[in-house]
Amino acid sequence: MLRQRIRATTAEASLKERLRRRRRSGEKLIESWVFLAGILTIAVLLGIIVLLLKEGLPAFWYTPPWEFFFGTKWYPVSEPPTFGVTSFFVATLWVTLVATAISVPIGVACAAYLAEVAPVKVRETVKPIIEILAGIPSVVMGFIGLTLLSPLVQSAFDLNTGLSGLTAGIMLSLMSLPIIISVSEDALRAVPDDFREASYALGATKWETIRHVCIPGALSGITAAVMLGVGRAIGETMTVLMVAGGALAVPVSPTDPMMPMTAAIASGIGNAVRGGLQYQALFAIGLILFILTLAVNLIADRVLERQKRKFAR
Amino acid sequence: MRTGGASKRHLSQRTAFSMLIAATTIAVLPALAIVIQIVISGADAISLEFLTEAPSQAGKAGGILPAIVGTFYLMLGTIILALPLGVMAGICLTEYARENWFTRAINLAIVNLAGVPSIIYGLFGLGVFVLLFHFGMSLLSASLTLACQALAMTVTTSREAILAVPKQYREGSLAVGATRWQTTRHLVLPQALPGIITGAVLAMSRAAGETAPILVVGAAFLLPGLPQSPFDQFMALPYHLYTVAAHVPGMPKSTMWGVALVLLVVVLSFNVLATIIRVRARQRRYSS
Repeated sequence: MLRQRIRATTAEASLKERLRRRRRSGEKLIESWVFLAGILTIAVLLGIIVLLLKEGLPAFWYTPPWEFFFGTKWYPVSEPPTFGVTSFFVATLWVTLVATAISVPIGVACAAYLAEVAPVKVRETVKPIIEILAGIPSVVMGFIGLTLLSPLVQSAFDLNTGLSGLTAGIMLSLMSLPIIISVSEDALRAVPDDFREASYALGATKWETIRHVCIPGALSGITAAVMLGVGRAIGETMTVLMVAGGALAVPVSPTDPMMPMTAAIASGIGNAVRGGLQYQALFAIGLILFILTLAVNLIADRVLERQKRKFAR
Repeated sequence: MRTGGASKRHLSQRTAFSMLIAATTIAVLPALAIVIQIVISGADAISLEFLTEAPSQAGKAGGILPAIVGTFYLMLGTIILALPLGVMAGICLTEYARENWFTRAINLAIVNLAGVPSIIYGLFGLGVFVLLFHFGMSLLSASLTLACQALAMTVTTSREAILAVPKQYREGSLAVGATRWQTTRHLVLPQALPGIITGAVLAMSRAAGETAPILVVGAAFLLPGLPQSPFDQFMALPYHLYTVAAHVPGMPKSTMWGVALVLLVVVLSFNVLATIIRVRARQRRYSS
């Protein structure tokens, strides 16, 4: 009797188990797809790294790193070709410097205004406009720099050409403004209201509170915002390709025409023979660019994480 | 004495605030100026012919239809490839994988992919899709390249949208015996859908404006007709704008502004669409 019941329940259990297994086998398939998708995102990043290393590193067999980094002559088609990328580096440096010098003070001030001072109505008008600015494609920014800004820069600084690092830097500053503003504003908002109230209770004015409480409290977030803006400026391609002037000489002033690293890749890759020396040298520039932006983004991400934890309770 | 100090402090506050307002104005004005200028200057070029004909005389006459169509194909190809993968990876991060090295690796990959310059994606597409896979300079290569670039965005937005679904839903569903996938499929995904679509539309908008990658993997400046298969070359609005603005001498000004206007309208209208979806979904959530 008891044995029978045990047998019956085990039969029932095994039937249930079998049904569950059948249901699960379909799900297993889907679940494996889910994990595959996760793996694929990692694979894309790894693929980029492997490709840049595979195509870029051989450039250093032909040109030793020292000559590559500190050489000033980029003659890819002369015989024998020489590949020195100093002028591209310096150009990227100038353009990024100009962009950062303009966008950081304006962006942080704008964020402080939006987060701490602005009435709701103003905020709700300004934020969509900033979003529009973020949405304008880089090629359109390049076009605007080419048609509207470069004549202005040319006449203002009395230059031979308005296409210069300065012009590109100004356009880039507009393009990194949105990210600087939104990340800084988030950081300022994350500062708890208790801090502000304590400051008011001590008799500080609103500005003194912003200046001495809110901004120091949000400093790591603002730092991350600045880094993300810098990363954007370093990696931006179309605008600098169209506006920076494209000269190969090492630029000594921001008003010189110049060719930042991204523009060098974009303008050279079309003519480079696949697997040839120039092709490899361009991938090597890409590798350096990748490492630069990777470092900037990783640091920014770390700093943001720390900021998030700071006021978490 | 004391009141003097206070008024001085208030004066410095007023000065400071007016500087903040000035900074905000400086940030806002160029955006408005750019959009308004493009609309005004571009409006002259817009005609039925401009929008529905193929270019002639090296782009100086005729229309830009192949570029418009090419850009829509690109947006479509990008999102078809990037959205399912992004949603799957988002599900993987939130519903399946525990907090371990695997999810950390995915999150790290996403953060870094989001920061990789677009020209690097171009090099990646050239090396992998054009040369290694032999897809050639084609619509397919370009879509795959842009999809890789969009992946970081679709994963992030899917993850955030799925995370925003309250935990109680899942617990209730699992408690009545639904499996994890049934819960995900019938409860979590429908709830997260508006957020996922918002991200997808933004990704499409970005794909429409992206220039550097397609410059490398093979957009064409002038093609007589529309691409007939994914393996054909294609024209695209951003690349067309780049070429007419920077490379063709004697290009009529109005044509350049016209191309810029069409591109801007495509990109921004998708941005607006994303905003509308987001706002609608939020309203529905509050009303229910």
